[in-house]
Amino acid sequence: MLREVVYCGVCSFPPEYCEFSGKLKRCKIWLQENHAELFEKLYSGEDAEVEGVTGKLAESSIGEKREEKLEKDLLKMQAKEENREQRELAKKLSSKIIIKREARTKRKSVVAISGLEVFEIDMKKLAKTFASKFATGCSVSKNAEKKEEIVIQGDVMGEVENYLHSILAEKGLKDVKVEVVDGAAKKKKKPEGA
Amino acid sequence: MFRKFAKEDVHSRSNVKSSVQRSLKSKLVSQYPKLEDVIDELIPKKSQVELIKCEDKIQLYSVDGEILFFQKFAELIPTLKLVHKFPDAYPTVQVDRGAIKFVLSGANIMCPGLTSPGASLPEAPGYEKDSVVVINAENKESALAIGKLMMSTEEIKSINKGHGVEMIHHLSDPLWHFNLD
Ligand SMILES: [Zn+2]
Repeated sequence: MLREVVYCGVCSFPPEYCEFSGKLKRCKIWLQENHAELFEKLYSGEDAEVEGVTGKLAESSIGEKREEKLEKDLLKMQAKEENREQRELAKKLSSKIIIKREARTKRKSVVAISGLEVFEIDMKKLAKTFASKFATGCSVSKNAEKKEEIVIQGDVMGEVENYLHSILAEKGLKDVKVEVVDGAAKKKKKPEGA
Repeated sequence: MFRKFAKEDVHSRSNVKSSVQRSLKSKLVSQYPKLEDVIDELIPKKSQVELIKCEDKIQLYSVDGEILFFQKFAELIPTLKLVHKFPDAYPTVQVDRGAIKFVLSGANIMCPGLTSPGASLPEAPGYEKDSVVVINAENKESALAIGKLMMSTEEIKSINKGHGVEMIHHLSDPLWHFNLD
């Protein structure tokens, strides 16, 4: 018989190793929500609150002194990880995604999406999703700034915008700016400021 | 072995024929006899086994998209995903709680971390030098790494200093996080 293994949805480890992931706070919340019985087993009833780093896990052979130091180290690691995550979040929130429509011919246009790289979105996968969703050609290519962007054939700017907002919302990043640039709109006869 | 492994290191991917699949299964069983009972569950006849050839002559084998074992030389080595599914089939050593952090950072394992009260080594005659071993940890049920003995387990006990196990694969290394699609 093969064992059914649960892997932590936050740090990917078997949950008994979450204490070493630097993400224990979030790991515990995940485990409590998704595998309550395992949560009970690992962190034991009396210590079921999510704040504490150690529960039953601390029973070990290495002696109080080393255990204390280990706990200190683990707490330090966690603080470091949390700082890193916060920095990354700040970076994500301060960057923006640009959806740009460009005219190809009089009737046809393409939509290019750039600025996705900081969001841990698999662009190739997303391109495939768009291709099947809109039944059109879609690819990942490098733009003039040598950054990767997704290029979709066809006039699907509105749909793309909605879809991106839904992905961002899923990632808890609904405050990220999505800028829409319409390069295919009919041009005014006189450019502004001229 | 997978310290710097990345998608770019994949050279080619190909589905293996059913004859190759059969010979891989019998090779796994001959290396790890206890796998015999579960081999058809691990690699069902209808499953798709894929060979992923990588930089440095490393070959990964996936079963229905999950990498279950790999090889660099003749020997097939299980990934942690495989070990977790069926832990009882491999030579195994145990580190104490104090060593876990270092193992997870990818370091080779020092002998004292294998001989202290929380650790565990097999009784004599134990395992030979160069054996591939699964690494468990004190108070944990699942393995956290796979390594290769740099000296026999009896030597680890008697010498008890320096490196005892060379790291091959551990939780959180690039192979652990490697995603095929
Ligand atoms: Zn976790």
